[in-house]
Amino acid sequence: MSADEKFDAIIIGAGPAGSACAYVLAREGKSVLLVERGVTAGSKNVTGGRLYTYALEMVEPGLYKRAPLQRKVVREQIMMLGAKSAVTVDYADFEFGEEVPQSYTVLRAPFDEWFAAEAEAKGAMVATGILVDELLEENGKIVGIRAGEDEMYADVVIAADGVNSLIGQKAGLRDDITPHLVGVGVKEIIELPDDVIAARFNLSGDEGAARLALGCTEGTSGGMFLYTNKGSVSLGIVFNPEQAAKRGKKIQEILQDLKMHPAIAPLIEGGTTAEYGAHLVPEVGLSGMPKKLYCDGLVMVGDAAGFGINTGMIIRGIDLAIVSGLAAANAVIEAADAAAVGPLYEKQLEKLSLMPSMRLFAGWHKILEMPRMFSEYPALANDAMKFMFTVDGKVPARMDKAMLQIVGRHVTFGQLLADGWRGYRAL
Amino acid sequence: MTIKRQSAEELLGLNKFTVDEGHPHIVLDKSICARCDEKPCLVVCPAVLYTLKGGEINFDYAGCLECGTCRVMCKDKGITGWNYPRGTFGVSFRYG
Repeated sequence: MSADEKFDAIIIGAGPAGSACAYVLAREGKSVLLVERGVTAGSKNVTGGRLYTYALEMVEPGLYKRAPLQRKVVREQIMMLGAKSAVTVDYADFEFGEEVPQSYTVLRAPFDEWFAAEAEAKGAMVATGILVDELLEENGKIVGIRAGEDEMYADVVIAADGVNSLIGQKAGLRDDITPHLVGVGVKEIIELPDDVIAARFNLSGDEGAARLALGCTEGTSGGMFLYTNKGSVSLGIVFNPEQAAKRGKKIQEILQDLKMHPAIAPLIEGGTTAEYGAHLVPEVGLSGMPKKLYCDGLVMVGDAAGFGINTGMIIRGIDLAIVSGLAAANAVIEAADAAAVGPLYEKQLEKLSLMPSMRLFAGWHKILEMPRMFSEYPALANDAMKFMFTVDGKVPARMDKAMLQIVGRHVTFGQLLADGWRGYRAL
Repeated sequence: MTIKRQSAEELLGLNKFTVDEGHPHIVLDKSICARCDEKPCLVVCPAVLYTLKGGEINFDYAGCLECGTCRVMCKDKGITGWNYPRGTFGVSFRYG
């Protein structure tokens, strides 16, 4: 290929980060090649999952209306699971569903396929079914990619190849991923009629619920997620693989046990599992990001760059991926020459509030890593409720004494203080 | 009650795979695996594709979900080659 056939940008991976980047670059008249290893964009991707809509609005106002999104989330639910009990907080906020709804549940196969097609409609060249083998380097600069026999050249290569970024490693920007950086997510798509979903989750029309739970991972760091889709729910667990390995119980079996939990089984009763997926998740936020997000001729976006925020109540990834793709596109558009793209990308990440958000939540994973969060505290919450709601004809213990006893059964006051202090410091 | 535990085999049977016959994307050196005491792969693979057969680690790449957990967890580096399947091969999620 001669120099004048060179692309302005080659993007590796047609997930939300890659497609957002391709969409904006193509719209602004840049020549873009979007390479995807799946038969279709999205066929290799798995999410929990939900999408915070603002990110699509940043790419182009109103874009979300065309997207194959599932349900707009108006119910945010948190569960603490005991062995045969559950404390559930159900926060319904119908303002979340008004005007531009704040977030939607999403399935990645249809969503990613749609987004890549949108980028294609703007003029990006989308090549699916192609695995990128190597980066091409000349004089210390990344100048293109090699896929099988084919070599393709560009001013800048954008690595949007996901959490397990082999391209980031080939570029020397990422080390081997270590187990403490990631969670393993496993998920079943369980088909259920929409009227059943609406009745069980107290929804009407296209409203949706997003539910997270702690206390379901047998003490391993992690939690459950359950999202209502159109005609299905996504039920899964994300947890730390290192701790899971030490406990010796198969990851897949912990999910099966969760399905049988008396507080979960009725939600999926009558459902038919249609698909089983697994994926890694960047879990530790800022501290899991590579020191540098770019080298000469290449920038990393999305999961490849480690963009993820998990506060225990909200989990963000797709929105951050889209914003980072937009940031990379803006940088390419602004840059006078290829060498300027990396530093401009970092500036864009600040300007679009992505890095400031990553820094704000930098310590939160430490709260979520406290081992007692996954067994003792959920059990404590359930025991406290059990005491308050038990009526058996006997004279109950005094509330204050009973509560002290319940707390003491699960944690020492030293542990409480230590966790409280650790939590405070992590904020 | 219709809800039931399902085995990994049953669950993988629901997925769509295009197997690249004769081209495993994950390659093991079983002699290294033999010396590995922990063998975390037996527990952490969501598809339960690592099994012990006659004391030897056995791996079937056909049902791989391409998550990368084994790559991250393999401490003794018995996995000597880990790549994604060639383009169009491997799992194709219809929901994701």
